[in-house]
Amino acid sequence: MATTENRPIRRARDRSPWYWLLVIPVVLPLLVPVFNRTDPTLFGWPFFYWAQIAFIGVGVLTTTVVYQKTKGH
Amino acid sequence: MPVNEGPDGIQVTEATIFVALFLVVTVMGFLASRWRRPEDLLHLDEWGLGGRNFGSWVTWFLIGGDLYTAYTFVAVPALMFGAGAAGFFAVPYTVVIYPMVFLVLIRLWSVSHVRGFVTPADFVRSRFDSPTMALLVAITGIVATMPYIALQLIGIEAVLKAMGVEGELPIIVAFVILALYTYSSGLRAPALIAFVKDALIYLTIIVAIIVIPVKLGGWDVIFGAAEEKFSMGSGVLLPSTGQLQYATLAFGSALALFLYPHSITGVLASKNRDVIKRNMSALPAYSLVLGLIALLGFMAIAAGVQPIGTDNNTVVPVLFDQMFYDWFNGIAYAAIGIGALVPAAIMAIAAANLFTRNIYKEYIRKDATPRQEAQVAKVASLVVKLGAVAAILFIDPQFSIDLQLIGGVIILQTLPAVAVGLFTRWFHRAGLIAGWVAGMGSGVWLLYTVKRVDPVTGDVIREHFAGSAFSLSNLGIDTTYTIYAGFIAVLVNLLVTVLATVIFRRMRLPAGTDGTGIDDYFANEGDPRVKDLPEVVEGVGLRKE
Repeated sequence: MATTENRPIRRARDRSPWYWLLVIPVVLPLLVPVFNRTDPTLFGWPFFYWAQIAFIGVGVLTTTVVYQKTKGH
Repeated sequence: MPVNEGPDGIQVTEATIFVALFLVVTVMGFLASRWRRPEDLLHLDEWGLGGRNFGSWVTWFLIGGDLYTAYTFVAVPALMFGAGAAGFFAVPYTVVIYPMVFLVLIRLWSVSHVRGFVTPADFVRSRFDSPTMALLVAITGIVATMPYIALQLIGIEAVLKAMGVEGELPIIVAFVILALYTYSSGLRAPALIAFVKDALIYLTIIVAIIVIPVKLGGWDVIFGAAEEKFSMGSGVLLPSTGQLQYATLAFGSALALFLYPHSITGVLASKNRDVIKRNMSALPAYSLVLGLIALLGFMAIAAGVQPIGTDNNTVVPVLFDQMFYDWFNGIAYAAIGIGALVPAAIMAIAAANLFTRNIYKEYIRKDATPRQEAQVAKVASLVVKLGAVAAILFIDPQFSIDLQLIGGVIILQTLPAVAVGLFTRWFHRAGLIAGWVAGMGSGVWLLYTVKRVDPVTGDVIREHFAGSAFSLSNLGIDTTYTIYAGFIAVLVNLLVTVLATVIFRRMRLPAGTDGTGIDDYFANEGDPRVKDLPEVVEGVGLRKE
């Protein structure tokens, strides 16, 4: 077995600054005191509930952007 | 629904549809061995990882079917029904997890792709040159997974109860069938069935979320009913003392979820890095569904649902029974029932992979061929499933629920070795072991102290293991705040690992050799693989970081 000899050319390291964007969807849903409130309501939903559903959208958005900016590495 | 009931009080329409759909997935489960047919299914890469070749769609269904289990769908609304806002932690929990997978597990995919790792313990063994730590990771994974499988049966049980089906035979039959097609088809079976499961789940939820609020008179009424039920406490919001618990539980559960062997199995089965990345933005669709499912708990409050017996897990099936036509009810029940099969199969496969790679091959038969490995894993998956059935039948189901609670806390204790280990090899292998011991000990102790007190009378309902919210007052801090026990335990683990690493490095205790190279962590599909792991581990072509 010759792992050293057959070693492929160095791969791209995939260290893009775009990855920092992923901090947002990790931190935002944990700031509970900020969204633990009733107002403003939306379609009868207290803020606590619709805000957290909205965070799902934030997660989708940020991961999509980071994927687009880092794909193919 | 009296008209619909058969002689034994069984709801005939529901049961017929349920059985029919169950038969469909059974056939699919057995046929799955021919799907994307490999040259030889008797290899762990094939049986245990589905050929490591799943594209974006299959991965989406597989991981979605894997992470959002029947138990989740039953227990989360049950929690909302019983405890209010605290049950909604499932939403932030499943938002937080994907960016972390994006950053962390993608490296595990790459290094496993290059080195042929099948389990997280394979990685730990090679990275830290420590069969002992690998064994601890494997045992932790198996112990944490077993009760999780057992809980899937509770999901099926809730549905069967709602259909008026008594006795344990149906559950045994369902699980034996599941065990058989998992045995023959491996990971391809749940991957294929997941399509049906998710189609049924999405259909049910979309209908439920439109029909039920209309029937009940709108969302104002639903939240109003919940507000009234919990008016003694903090209404539909969290009490200020519960906020820390909510955030740490969401964060800790997310960390735990991606450390669970079955999640890792799902990720490793995908074809390349882009499949994983793309899925991290597509999988939150399930989080949306989970958020809506959670609110079924409040809908049940508004609809005046009475759980069957004292089992809150039955509130969703009972709600459906009140709201839907019988035939649609059958589809909804099947969604939950089949929803139990997919994760149960993947979990059993993941546990079997761990046993085979990190116990059997490591300690029982070092020279096992790939064929023998696959054969052992197949048998192990059978044993795991039968164990789960036995656990539900012969032990109080509450015991499985307690164990699963503990399971989340203990799987977190593999974080330093598996997750942090993907970024740095600074931790000393003996330090990791010391940290694991400290984390396990403190985690179990913290859970032991959690008791449940009746809010009205003040009587202690359960003395120990009554939840995961640890009262900080137990540490002598003057506060009524609670925090997720697993969160403290993993901090203790990390602290001890760091301290012990410093000490062991000062003592110049050998740290072993890294069996992986820096570039391995960025490898993608098409990059050359280093297949035969044993030689690599034994020191050929090693490079230090």
